Amino acid sequence: MSMTATKIEVETAKPAAATVAPVVALTPKRPPRTEAYARMARETAVRVIPPLVVIALLTLVWELVCRRAGSALPPPSRVFTDTKELILDPFFDHGGIDKGLFWHLSASLQRVAFGYSLSAIAGIGLGVLVGQSVWAMRGLDPLFQVLRTIPPLAWLPLSLAAFRDGQPSAIFVIFITSIWPIIINTAVGIRNIPQDYRNVAAVVQLNPLEFFAKIMIPAAAPYIFTGLRIGIGLSWLAIVAAEMLIGGVGIGFFIWDAWNSSHISEIVLALFYVGIVGFVLDRLIAGLGKIVTRGTAQN
Amino acid sequence: MTAYLKLDHIDKVFTRGAATTEVLKDINLTIEKGEYVSIIGHSGCGKSTLLNIIAGLTGATTGGVLLENREVNSPGPDRAVVFQNHSLLPWLTVYENVKLGVDKVFAKTKSRAERDAWVMHNLNLVQMAHARDKRPSEISGGMKQRVGIARALAMEPKVLLLDEPFGALDALTRAHLQDSVMALHQKLGNTILMITHDVDEAVLLSDRIVMMTNGPSARIGEVLEVPLARPRKRLDLATSATYLKCRQRVLEFLYERHRFVEAA
Repeated sequence: MSMTATKIEVETAKPAAATVAPVVALTPKRPPRTEAYARMARETAVRVIPPLVVIALLTLVWELVCRRAGSALPPPSRVFTDTKELILDPFFDHGGIDKGLFWHLSASLQRVAFGYSLSAIAGIGLGVLVGQSVWAMRGLDPLFQVLRTIPPLAWLPLSLAAFRDGQPSAIFVIFITSIWPIIINTAVGIRNIPQDYRNVAAVVQLNPLEFFAKIMIPAAAPYIFTGLRIGIGLSWLAIVAAEMLIGGVGIGFFIWDAWNSSHISEIVLALFYVGIVGFVLDRLIAGLGKIVTRGTAQN
Repeated sequence: MTAYLKLDHIDKVFTRGAATTEVLKDINLTIEKGEYVSIIGHSGCGKSTLLNIIAGLTGATTGGVLLENREVNSPGPDRAVVFQNHSLLPWLTVYENVKLGVDKVFAKTKSRAERDAWVMHNLNLVQMAHARDKRPSEISGGMKQRVGIARALAMEPKVLLLDEPFGALDALTRAHLQDSVMALHQKLGNTILMITHDVDEAVLLSDRIVMMTNGPSARIGEVLEVPLARPRKRLDLATSATYLKCRQRVLEFLYERHRFVEAA
Protein backbone atom coordinates (compact mmCIF):
# COMPACT_ATOMS: atom_id res chain seq x y z
CA MET A 1 0.00 0.00 0.00
CA SER A 2 2.63 2.53 1.02
CA MET A 3 4.78 1.42 -1.92
CA THR A 4 2.24 2.45 -4.49
CA ALA A 5 1.67 5.70 -2.69
CA THR A 6 5.31 6.73 -2.99
CA LYS A 7 5.39 5.71 -6.62
CA ILE A 8 2.52 8.08 -7.37
CA GLU A 9 4.35 10.89 -5.61
CA VAL A 10 7.45 10.40 -7.70
CA GLU A 11 5.49 10.44 -10.89
CA THR A 12 3.53 13.54 -10.07
CA ALA A 13 6.68 15.35 -9.02
CA LYS A 14 8.05 15.32 -12.56
CA PRO A 15 5.62 17.57 -14.41
CA ALA A 16 5.65 20.07 -11.56
CA ALA A 17 9.40 20.49 -11.96
CA ALA A 18 9.22 21.03 -15.71
CA THR A 19 9.33 24.61 -16.95
CA VAL A 20 6.14 26.09 -18.20
CA ALA A 21 5.92 25.78 -21.95
CA PRO A 22 5.31 29.02 -23.86
CA VAL A 23 1.74 29.46 -24.98
CA VAL A 24 1.40 29.57 -28.73
CA ALA A 25 -1.76 31.24 -29.96
CA LEU A 26 -3.37 29.16 -32.68
CA THR A 27 -5.96 30.73 -34.92
CA PRO A 28 -8.46 28.04 -35.86
CA LYS A 29 -8.45 27.54 -39.59
CA ARG A 30 -11.85 28.59 -40.86
CA PRO A 31 -12.98 26.89 -44.07
CA PRO A 32 -13.34 29.44 -46.87
CA ARG A 33 -16.81 30.77 -47.70
CA THR A 34 -17.01 29.14 -51.10
CA GLU A 35 -16.31 25.76 -49.56
CA ALA A 36 -19.21 26.18 -47.13
CA TYR A 37 -21.52 27.18 -49.97
CA ALA A 38 -20.41 24.22 -52.04
CA ARG A 39 -21.19 21.87 -49.16
CA MET A 40 -24.61 23.44 -48.70
CA ALA A 41 -25.35 23.08 -52.40
CA ARG A 42 -24.28 19.43 -52.27
CA GLU A 43 -26.55 18.72 -49.31
CA THR A 44 -29.50 20.39 -51.02
CA ALA A 45 -28.83 18.51 -54.24
CA VAL A 46 -28.83 15.18 -52.39
CA ARG A 47 -32.34 15.92 -51.12
CA VAL A 48 -33.80 17.59 -54.19
CA ILE A 49 -32.45 15.62 -57.12
CA PRO A 50 -33.87 12.13 -56.37
CA PRO A 51 -37.53 13.28 -56.09
CA LEU A 52 -37.09 15.44 -59.20
CA VAL A 53 -35.80 12.46 -61.15
CA VAL A 54 -38.72 10.30 -60.00
CA ILE A 55 -41.25 13.02 -60.88
CA ALA A 56 -39.70 13.48 -64.31
CA LEU A 57 -39.83 9.72 -64.98
CA LEU A 58 -43.45 9.42 -63.84
CA THR A 59 -44.47 12.39 -65.97
CA LEU A 60 -42.77 10.80 -68.94
CA VAL A 61 -44.60 7.50 -68.43
CA TRP A 62 -47.89 9.38 -68.01
CA GLU A 63 -47.23 11.34 -71.21
CA LEU A 64 -46.47 8.16 -73.16
CA VAL A 65 -49.47 6.26 -71.84
CA CYS A 66 -52.02 9.04 -72.36
CA ARG A 67 -50.76 10.49 -75.63
CA ARG A 68 -52.50 7.95 -77.81
CA ALA A 69 -55.63 9.13 -79.53
CA GLY A 70 -58.78 8.03 -77.68
CA SER A 71 -57.13 7.99 -74.27
CA ALA A 72 -59.60 8.71 -71.44
CA LEU A 73 -57.21 10.90 -69.45
CA PRO A 74 -55.19 13.85 -70.77
CA PRO A 75 -51.37 13.66 -70.87
CA PRO A 76 -49.42 16.23 -68.83
CA SER A 77 -48.76 18.39 -71.88
CA ARG A 78 -52.52 18.73 -72.51
CA VAL A 79 -53.18 19.40 -68.82
CA PHE A 80 -50.76 22.29 -69.01
CA THR A 81 -52.14 23.86 -72.16
CA ASP A 82 -55.75 23.40 -70.93
CA THR A 83 -55.16 24.95 -67.53
CA LYS A 84 -52.61 27.59 -68.44
CA GLU A 85 -55.06 30.39 -67.67
CA LEU A 86 -55.94 28.94 -64.27
CA ILE A 87 -52.30 28.50 -63.38
CA LEU A 88 -51.20 31.94 -64.51
CA ASP A 89 -54.09 33.89 -63.02
CA PRO A 90 -55.33 32.33 -59.78
CA PHE A 91 -56.87 35.63 -58.59
CA PHE A 92 -59.62 36.34 -61.17
CA ASP A 93 -63.17 36.75 -59.93
CA HIS A 94 -66.06 36.74 -62.41
CA GLY A 95 -68.72 36.50 -59.70
CA GLY A 96 -70.61 33.42 -58.48
CA ILE A 97 -68.42 30.34 -58.41
CA ASP A 98 -66.42 31.43 -61.47
CA LYS A 99 -63.32 32.39 -59.50
CA GLY A 100 -59.58 31.73 -59.60
CA LEU A 101 -58.13 28.74 -57.75
CA PHE A 102 -56.75 31.00 -55.04
CA TRP A 103 -60.29 31.94 -53.96
CA HIS A 104 -61.44 28.32 -54.00
CA LEU A 105 -58.51 27.22 -51.89
CA SER A 106 -58.84 30.09 -49.46
CA ALA A 107 -62.58 29.35 -48.99
CA SER A 108 -61.73 25.73 -48.18
CA LEU A 109 -58.92 26.77 -45.86
CA GLN A 110 -61.22 29.14 -43.99
CA ARG A 111 -63.68 26.32 -43.33
CA VAL A 112 -60.85 24.09 -42.16
CA ALA A 113 -59.45 26.86 -39.95
CA PHE A 114 -62.82 27.30 -38.27
CA GLY A 115 -63.68 23.65 -37.79
CA TYR A 116 -60.15 22.64 -36.83
CA SER A 117 -59.72 25.43 -34.26
CA LEU A 118 -62.99 24.38 -32.61
CA SER A 119 -61.96 20.73 -32.56
CA ALA A 120 -58.49 21.59 -31.18
CA ILE A 121 -60.00 23.50 -28.26
CA ALA A 122 -62.76 20.99 -27.54
CA GLY A 123 -60.49 18.02 -28.21
CA ILE A 124 -57.75 19.11 -25.81
CA GLY A 125 -60.38 19.97 -23.19
CA LEU A 126 -62.12 16.61 -23.45
CA GLY A 127 -58.77 14.80 -23.66
CA VAL A 128 -57.63 16.39 -20.40
CA LEU A 129 -60.91 15.39 -18.75
CA VAL A 130 -60.69 11.79 -19.96
CA GLY A 131 -56.99 11.56 -19.14
CA GLN A 132 -57.36 12.97 -15.67
CA SER A 133 -60.57 11.37 -14.41
CA VAL A 134 -61.03 7.62 -14.34
CA TRP A 135 -64.81 8.00 -14.26
CA ALA A 136 -64.87 10.34 -17.26
CA MET A 137 -62.75 7.81 -19.11
CA ARG A 138 -65.02 4.90 -18.22
CA GLY A 139 -68.07 6.90 -19.26
CA LEU A 140 -66.79 8.56 -22.42
CA ASP A 141 -64.12 6.34 -23.89
CA PRO A 142 -66.45 3.62 -25.29
CA LEU A 143 -68.53 6.36 -26.90
CA PHE A 144 -65.45 7.92 -28.49
CA GLN A 145 -64.22 4.57 -29.76
CA VAL A 146 -67.51 3.99 -31.60
CA LEU A 147 -68.04 7.54 -32.88
CA ARG A 148 -64.54 7.90 -34.27
CA THR A 149 -65.08 5.06 -36.75
CA ILE A 150 -67.97 6.90 -38.49
CA PRO A 151 -66.74 8.19 -41.87
CA PRO A 152 -66.75 12.00 -42.17
CA LEU A 153 -69.31 12.17 -44.96
CA ALA A 154 -71.81 10.09 -43.01
CA TRP A 155 -72.17 13.06 -40.66
CA LEU A 156 -73.02 15.46 -43.49
CA PRO A 157 -76.73 14.66 -44.03
CA LEU A 158 -77.34 14.81 -40.29
CA SER A 159 -75.59 18.16 -39.94
CA LEU A 160 -77.41 19.54 -42.99
CA ALA A 161 -80.64 18.55 -41.31
CA ALA A 162 -79.58 20.22 -38.10
CA PHE A 163 -78.05 23.46 -39.47
CA ARG A 164 -80.13 23.78 -42.70
CA ASP A 165 -77.15 25.47 -44.36
CA GLY A 166 -74.02 24.28 -46.19
CA GLN A 167 -71.42 26.46 -44.48
CA PRO A 168 -71.95 25.42 -40.83
CA SER A 169 -72.48 21.82 -41.93
CA ALA A 170 -69.10 21.70 -43.64
CA ILE A 171 -67.46 23.22 -40.56
CA PHE A 172 -69.20 20.66 -38.37
CA VAL A 173 -67.94 17.81 -40.54
CA ILE A 174 -64.37 19.14 -40.17
CA PHE A 175 -64.87 19.42 -36.43
CA ILE A 176 -66.28 15.95 -35.92
CA THR A 177 -63.66 14.35 -38.16
CA SER A 178 -60.58 15.86 -36.59
CA ILE A 179 -61.60 15.84 -32.92
CA TRP A 180 -61.11 12.10 -32.17
CA PRO A 181 -57.35 11.78 -32.61
CA ILE A 182 -56.91 15.01 -30.64
CA ILE A 183 -59.01 13.71 -27.73
CA ILE A 184 -57.41 10.29 -27.68
CA ASN A 185 -53.81 11.47 -27.95
CA THR A 186 -54.30 14.20 -25.35
CA ALA A 187 -55.82 11.68 -22.95
CA VAL A 188 -52.89 9.29 -23.42
CA GLY A 189 -50.45 12.17 -22.87
CA ILE A 190 -52.16 13.21 -19.65
CA ARG A 191 -52.28 9.63 -18.38
CA ASN A 192 -48.56 9.24 -19.08
CA ILE A 193 -47.44 12.23 -17.02
CA PRO A 194 -44.76 10.72 -14.74
CA GLN A 195 -45.70 10.40 -11.08
CA ASP A 196 -42.51 12.38 -10.30
CA TYR A 197 -43.94 15.51 -11.89
CA ARG A 198 -47.16 15.07 -9.93
CA ASN A 199 -45.12 14.67 -6.72
CA VAL A 200 -43.18 17.85 -7.48
CA ALA A 201 -46.44 19.72 -8.03
CA ALA A 202 -47.80 18.32 -4.75
CA VAL A 203 -44.74 19.35 -2.72
CA VAL A 204 -44.76 22.84 -4.24
CA GLN A 205 -48.54 22.93 -3.67
CA LEU A 206 -49.59 24.07 -7.12
CA ASN A 207 -53.34 24.65 -7.35
CA PRO A 208 -55.29 22.77 -10.05
CA LEU A 209 -55.13 25.69 -12.49
CA GLU A 210 -51.36 26.09 -12.08
CA PHE A 211 -50.95 22.33 -12.35
CA PHE A 212 -52.86 22.39 -15.64
CA ALA A 213 -50.82 25.23 -17.14
CA LYS A 214 -47.37 24.48 -15.72
CA ILE A 215 -47.23 20.68 -15.60
CA MET A 216 -50.04 19.03 -17.53
CA ILE A 217 -49.97 20.91 -20.83
CA PRO A 218 -46.16 21.01 -21.24
CA ALA A 219 -45.78 17.38 -20.18
CA ALA A 220 -48.47 16.16 -22.58
CA ALA A 221 -47.50 18.53 -25.40
CA PRO A 222 -45.71 15.93 -27.57
CA TYR A 223 -48.80 13.69 -27.48
CA ILE A 224 -51.17 16.59 -28.05
CA PHE A 225 -49.24 17.64 -31.14
CA THR A 226 -49.34 14.12 -32.54
CA GLY A 227 -53.13 14.31 -32.24
CA LEU A 228 -53.25 17.78 -33.76
CA ARG A 229 -51.16 16.64 -36.71
CA ILE A 230 -53.37 13.64 -37.45
CA GLY A 231 -56.37 15.95 -37.01
CA ILE A 232 -55.27 18.52 -39.57
CA GLY A 233 -54.69 15.76 -42.14
CA LEU A 234 -58.17 14.35 -41.57
CA SER A 235 -59.75 17.82 -41.79
CA TRP A 236 -58.22 18.41 -45.19
CA LEU A 237 -59.37 14.98 -46.36
CA ALA A 238 -62.90 15.67 -45.17
CA ILE A 239 -63.31 19.22 -46.51
CA VAL A 240 -62.74 18.26 -50.14
CA ALA A 241 -65.35 15.51 -49.92
CA ALA A 242 -67.83 17.65 -47.99
CA GLU A 243 -67.54 20.55 -50.44
CA MET A 244 -68.34 18.29 -53.37
CA LEU A 245 -71.73 17.77 -51.79
CA ILE A 246 -72.56 21.19 -50.35
CA GLY A 247 -71.46 23.23 -53.40
CA GLY A 248 -70.47 26.90 -53.41
CA VAL A 249 -66.94 28.26 -53.55
CA GLY A 250 -64.30 25.75 -52.45
CA ILE A 251 -61.72 23.46 -53.97
CA GLY A 252 -63.95 20.40 -53.46
CA PHE A 253 -66.80 21.86 -55.46
CA PHE A 254 -64.35 23.14 -58.07
CA ILE A 255 -63.33 19.53 -58.71
CA TRP A 256 -66.95 18.36 -58.87
CA ASP A 257 -67.85 21.23 -61.20
CA ALA A 258 -64.92 20.41 -63.48
CA TRP A 259 -66.09 16.79 -63.66
CA ASN A 260 -69.62 17.86 -64.56
CA SER A 261 -68.28 20.00 -67.38
CA SER A 262 -65.77 17.30 -68.41
CA HIS A 263 -62.72 19.52 -67.78
CA ILE A 264 -60.49 16.63 -66.79
CA SER A 265 -57.32 18.76 -66.96
CA GLU A 266 -58.74 21.12 -64.35
CA ILE A 267 -59.33 18.19 -62.03
CA VAL A 268 -55.70 17.16 -62.37
CA LEU A 269 -54.54 20.68 -61.57
CA ALA A 270 -56.89 20.92 -58.56
CA LEU A 271 -55.64 17.58 -57.19
CA PHE A 272 -52.10 18.89 -57.48
CA TYR A 273 -53.03 21.95 -55.41
CA VAL A 274 -54.96 19.90 -52.84
CA GLY A 275 -51.89 17.73 -52.32
CA ILE A 276 -49.54 20.67 -51.91
CA VAL A 277 -51.82 22.47 -49.44
CA GLY A 278 -52.33 19.30 -47.39
CA PHE A 279 -48.57 18.80 -47.23
CA VAL A 280 -48.00 22.41 -46.14
CA LEU A 281 -50.68 22.16 -43.42
CA ASP A 282 -49.10 19.00 -42.04
CA ARG A 283 -45.65 20.60 -41.99
CA LEU A 284 -47.04 23.71 -40.34
CA ILE A 285 -48.46 21.79 -37.38
CA ALA A 286 -45.35 19.61 -37.16
CA GLY A 287 -43.13 22.71 -37.12
CA LEU A 288 -45.28 24.38 -34.48
CA GLY A 289 -45.10 21.22 -32.38
CA LYS A 290 -41.33 21.14 -32.68
CA ILE A 291 -41.06 24.71 -31.39
CA VAL A 292 -43.51 24.22 -28.52
CA THR A 293 -42.16 20.88 -27.31
CA ARG A 294 -38.51 21.89 -27.54
CA GLY A 295 -37.67 20.84 -23.98
CA THR A 296 -40.11 17.99 -23.50
CA ALA A 297 -39.42 15.84 -26.51
CA GLN A 298 -35.91 14.99 -25.35
CA ASN A 299 -35.12 13.51 -21.97
CA MET B 1 -34.66 16.13 23.91
CA THR B 2 -37.08 18.26 21.95
CA ALA B 3 -39.02 16.45 19.26
CA TYR B 4 -38.99 18.55 16.12
CA LEU B 5 -40.21 15.87 13.76
CA LYS B 6 -42.04 12.98 15.34
CA LEU B 7 -43.18 9.76 13.70
CA ASP B 8 -45.86 8.38 15.96
CA HIS B 9 -46.80 4.69 15.70
CA ILE B 10 -46.93 4.60 11.93
CA ASP B 11 -48.39 1.51 10.30
CA LYS B 12 -48.85 1.17 6.58
CA VAL B 13 -50.95 -1.51 4.96
CA PHE B 14 -51.40 -1.75 1.21
CA THR B 15 -54.67 -3.29 0.11
CA ARG B 16 -55.22 -4.67 -3.33
CA GLY B 17 -58.58 -6.39 -3.62
CA ALA B 18 -58.76 -8.95 -0.86
CA ALA B 19 -54.98 -9.17 -0.41
CA THR B 20 -53.37 -6.94 2.18
CA THR B 21 -49.66 -6.40 2.71
CA GLU B 22 -48.37 -4.81 5.86
CA VAL B 23 -45.37 -2.79 4.79
CA LEU B 24 -44.49 -0.79 7.89
CA LYS B 25 -45.25 -1.70 11.46
CA ASP B 26 -45.16 0.56 14.47
CA ILE B 27 -42.57 3.09 13.35
CA ASN B 28 -41.62 5.49 16.15
CA LEU B 29 -38.91 8.08 15.71
CA THR B 30 -38.18 11.56 16.99
CA ILE B 31 -35.78 13.88 15.25
CA GLU B 32 -34.29 17.02 16.75
CA LYS B 33 -33.90 20.32 15.00
CA GLY B 34 -30.69 20.44 12.96
CA GLU B 35 -30.15 16.70 13.13
CA TYR B 36 -29.04 14.63 10.14
CA VAL B 37 -30.74 11.24 10.27
CA SER B 38 -30.36 8.42 7.74
CA ILE B 39 -32.73 5.54 7.24
CA ILE B 40 -30.99 2.46 5.88
CA GLY B 41 -32.36 -0.92 4.91
CA HIS B 42 -32.48 -3.47 2.13
CA SER B 43 -34.46 -2.68 -0.96
CA GLY B 44 -38.15 -3.37 -0.56
CA CYS B 45 -38.14 -2.78 3.19
CA GLY B 46 -40.47 0.18 2.85
CA LYS B 47 -38.02 3.00 3.51
CA SER B 48 -39.20 4.93 0.48
CA THR B 49 -42.80 4.40 1.58
CA LEU B 50 -41.85 5.86 4.95
CA LEU B 51 -40.35 8.92 3.28
CA ASN B 52 -43.47 9.34 1.16
CA ILE B 53 -45.58 9.21 4.32
CA ILE B 54 -43.46 11.92 5.95
CA ALA B 55 -43.64 14.00 2.75
CA GLY B 56 -47.41 13.54 2.75
CA LEU B 57 -47.44 11.94 -0.70
CA THR B 58 -48.83 8.71 0.78
CA GLY B 59 -51.11 8.45 3.78
CA ALA B 60 -50.26 6.30 6.81
CA THR B 61 -52.82 3.62 7.64
CA THR B 62 -52.60 4.38 11.35
CA GLY B 63 -50.40 6.72 13.31
CA GLY B 64 -49.17 10.06 12.08
CA VAL B 65 -46.39 12.55 11.53
CA LEU B 66 -45.95 15.54 13.82
CA LEU B 67 -43.85 18.51 12.78
CA GLU B 68 -43.36 21.04 15.59
CA ASN B 69 -46.22 19.31 17.42
CA ARG B 70 -48.65 19.74 14.53
CA GLU B 71 -49.92 16.85 12.51
CA VAL B 72 -48.99 16.97 8.84
CA ASN B 73 -50.75 14.66 6.40
CA SER B 74 -50.59 16.39 3.03
CA PRO B 75 -47.56 17.40 0.98
CA GLY B 76 -46.11 20.85 1.47
CA PRO B 77 -42.99 22.94 1.03
CA ASP B 78 -42.15 22.66 4.74
CA ARG B 79 -41.03 19.09 3.94
CA ALA B 80 -39.32 19.56 0.58
CA VAL B 81 -38.15 16.40 -1.12
CA VAL B 82 -35.03 15.79 -3.20
CA PHE B 83 -36.14 12.94 -5.43
CA GLN B 84 -33.90 10.06 -6.44
CA ASN B 85 -34.13 10.79 -10.16
CA HIS B 86 -33.93 14.58 -9.74
CA SER B 87 -37.45 15.08 -11.20
CA LEU B 88 -36.62 18.40 -12.81
CA LEU B 89 -39.21 19.56 -15.29
CA PRO B 90 -37.49 19.16 -18.68
CA TRP B 91 -39.30 22.06 -20.36
CA LEU B 92 -38.10 24.58 -17.78
CA THR B 93 -34.59 25.99 -17.42
CA VAL B 94 -32.55 25.40 -14.28
CA TYR B 95 -33.56 28.85 -13.03
CA GLU B 96 -37.26 28.30 -13.76
CA ASN B 97 -37.24 24.93 -12.05
CA VAL B 98 -36.05 26.48 -8.80
CA LYS B 99 -38.29 29.51 -9.28
CA LEU B 100 -41.41 27.33 -9.54
CA GLY B 101 -41.24 26.53 -5.83
CA VAL B 102 -39.96 29.94 -4.77
CA ASP B 103 -42.81 31.77 -6.51
CA LYS B 104 -45.33 29.61 -4.70
CA VAL B 105 -43.80 29.66 -1.22
CA PHE B 106 -42.83 33.34 -1.12
CA ALA B 107 -45.70 34.72 -3.23
CA LYS B 108 -46.76 37.09 -0.47
CA THR B 109 -43.64 37.57 1.61
CA LYS B 110 -41.06 38.44 -1.05
CA SER B 111 -41.11 40.92 -3.93
CA ARG B 112 -40.35 39.82 -7.47
CA ALA B 113 -36.77 41.11 -7.23
CA GLU B 114 -36.26 39.42 -3.87
CA ARG B 115 -37.51 36.12 -5.22
CA ASP B 116 -35.14 36.39 -8.17
CA ALA B 117 -32.24 37.09 -5.80
CA TRP B 118 -33.32 34.15 -3.61
CA VAL B 119 -33.35 31.74 -6.56
CA MET B 120 -29.87 32.87 -7.55
CA HIS B 121 -28.68 32.64 -3.95
CA ASN B 122 -29.76 29.01 -3.78
CA LEU B 123 -28.25 28.18 -7.15
CA ASN B 124 -25.03 29.72 -5.88
CA LEU B 125 -25.17 27.51 -2.78
CA VAL B 126 -24.99 24.41 -4.97
CA GLN B 127 -22.58 26.05 -7.45
CA MET B 128 -25.04 25.92 -10.30
CA ALA B 129 -25.57 29.64 -10.98
CA HIS B 130 -23.53 29.34 -14.17
CA ALA B 131 -26.13 27.01 -15.71
CA ARG B 132 -29.18 29.12 -14.89
CA ASP B 133 -30.44 29.23 -18.49
CA LYS B 134 -29.67 25.62 -19.38
CA ARG B 135 -32.37 22.98 -19.65
CA PRO B 136 -32.06 19.76 -17.61
CA SER B 137 -31.22 17.75 -20.73
CA GLU B 138 -28.14 19.93 -21.26
CA ILE B 139 -26.50 19.28 -17.88
CA SER B 140 -24.97 16.17 -16.28
CA GLY B 141 -26.64 13.86 -13.77
CA GLY B 142 -24.73 15.30 -10.82
CA MET B 143 -25.63 18.83 -11.87
CA LYS B 144 -29.31 17.89 -12.15
CA GLN B 145 -29.23 16.57 -8.61
CA ARG B 146 -27.58 19.81 -7.43
CA VAL B 147 -30.42 21.75 -8.98
CA GLY B 148 -32.88 19.36 -7.31
CA ILE B 149 -31.22 20.16 -3.97
CA ALA B 150 -31.34 23.90 -4.72
CA ARG B 151 -35.04 23.64 -5.55
CA ALA B 152 -35.74 21.93 -2.22
CA LEU B 153 -33.51 24.29 -0.19
CA ALA B 154 -35.08 27.35 -1.81
CA MET B 155 -38.45 26.45 -0.28
CA GLU B 156 -36.86 26.90 3.16
CA PRO B 157 -38.17 23.55 4.39
CA LYS B 158 -38.36 22.74 8.08
CA VAL B 159 -37.22 19.24 7.21
CA LEU B 160 -35.31 18.37 4.07
CA LEU B 161 -36.18 14.90 2.83
CA LEU B 162 -33.60 13.16 0.64
CA ASP B 163 -34.81 10.04 -1.18
CA GLU B 164 -31.65 8.14 -2.14
CA PRO B 165 -30.36 11.39 -3.61
CA PHE B 166 -27.04 10.00 -4.80
CA GLY B 167 -28.24 6.57 -5.92
CA ALA B 168 -28.19 7.26 -9.65
CA LEU B 169 -24.75 8.90 -9.71
CA ASP B 170 -21.29 7.50 -10.40
CA ALA B 171 -18.95 7.05 -7.42
CA LEU B 172 -16.83 10.17 -7.95
CA THR B 173 -19.77 12.49 -8.52
CA ARG B 174 -21.51 10.93 -5.55
CA ALA B 175 -18.58 11.65 -3.22
CA HIS B 176 -18.41 15.20 -4.49
CA LEU B 177 -22.10 15.77 -3.91
CA GLN B 178 -21.99 14.15 -0.46
CA ASP B 179 -19.32 16.68 0.52
CA SER B 180 -21.53 19.46 -0.82
CA VAL B 181 -24.53 18.30 1.19
CA MET B 182 -22.35 17.99 4.30
CA ALA B 183 -21.08 21.56 3.80
CA LEU B 184 -24.62 22.85 3.29
CA HIS B 185 -25.82 21.11 6.44
CA GLN B 186 -22.92 22.64 8.33
CA LYS B 187 -23.66 26.11 6.97
CA LEU B 188 -27.45 26.22 7.09
CA GLY B 189 -28.17 23.84 9.98
CA ASN B 190 -31.11 22.15 8.25
CA THR B 191 -32.89 19.18 9.69
CA ILE B 192 -32.30 16.41 7.18
CA LEU B 193 -33.79 12.96 6.80
CA MET B 194 -32.11 10.80 4.18
CA ILE B 195 -33.05 7.43 2.73
CA THR B 196 -30.05 5.42 1.61
CA HIS B 197 -28.79 1.89 1.05
CA ASP B 198 -25.13 2.88 1.16
CA VAL B 199 -23.46 2.13 4.48
CA ASP B 200 -20.49 4.48 4.00
CA GLU B 201 -22.75 7.29 2.96
CA ALA B 202 -24.93 6.82 6.03
CA VAL B 203 -21.98 6.82 8.45
CA LEU B 204 -20.24 9.72 6.77
CA LEU B 205 -23.23 12.07 6.73
CA SER B 206 -25.46 11.18 9.66
CA ASP B 207 -25.77 12.00 13.31
CA ARG B 208 -27.94 8.97 13.73
CA ILE B 209 -28.58 5.94 11.54
CA VAL B 210 -31.96 4.26 11.67
CA MET B 211 -31.72 0.63 10.54
CA MET B 212 -34.84 -1.04 9.26
CA THR B 213 -35.61 -4.75 9.33
CA ASN B 214 -36.71 -6.54 6.18
CA GLY B 215 -40.29 -6.31 5.05
CA PRO B 216 -43.08 -7.20 5.09
CA SER B 217 -43.99 -5.54 8.38
CA ALA B 218 -40.67 -3.70 8.53
CA ARG B 219 -39.81 -2.14 11.86
CA ILE B 220 -37.00 0.01 13.15
CA GLY B 221 -34.45 -2.62 14.17
CA GLU B 222 -31.81 -0.43 15.72
CA VAL B 223 -30.77 3.21 15.95
CA LEU B 224 -27.07 3.97 15.94
CA GLU B 225 -25.55 7.24 17.12
CA VAL B 226 -22.53 8.34 15.07
CA PRO B 227 -20.29 10.15 17.57
CA LEU B 228 -17.98 11.71 15.00
CA ALA B 229 -17.15 15.41 15.35
CA ARG B 230 -18.12 17.78 12.56
CA PRO B 231 -16.86 18.99 10.19
CA ARG B 232 -15.97 15.53 8.98
CA LYS B 233 -13.34 14.87 6.39
CA ARG B 234 -13.68 11.88 4.13
CA LEU B 235 -9.97 11.06 4.08
CA ASP B 236 -9.45 11.37 7.85
CA LEU B 237 -12.42 9.13 8.54
CA ALA B 238 -10.99 6.26 6.51
CA THR B 239 -8.63 5.53 9.37
CA SER B 240 -10.81 6.69 12.27
CA ALA B 241 -11.60 3.89 14.72
CA THR B 242 -15.02 5.31 15.56
CA TYR B 243 -15.94 5.48 11.88
CA LEU B 244 -14.89 1.89 11.31
CA LYS B 245 -16.77 0.73 14.40
CA CYS B 246 -19.98 2.46 13.27
CA ARG B 247 -19.60 1.03 9.82
CA GLN B 248 -19.06 -2.42 11.31
CA ARG B 249 -22.25 -2.14 13.38
CA VAL B 250 -24.39 -1.22 10.38
CA LEU B 251 -22.85 -3.94 8.25
CA GLU B 252 -23.48 -6.52 10.95
CA PHE B 253 -27.09 -5.46 11.21
CA LEU B 254 -27.67 -5.57 7.46
CA TYR B 255 -25.71 -8.67 6.54
CA GLU B 256 -25.87 -10.91 9.60
CA ARG B 257 -28.94 -10.27 11.65
CA HIS B 258 -31.24 -9.07 8.88
CA ARG B 259 -29.85 -10.60 5.77
CA PHE B 260 -31.74 -9.76 2.60
CA VAL B 261 -33.90 -12.70 1.67
CA GLU B 262 -35.18 -12.80 -1.88
CA ALA B 263 -38.91 -12.29 -1.69
CA ALA B 264 -40.66 -15.62 -2.10
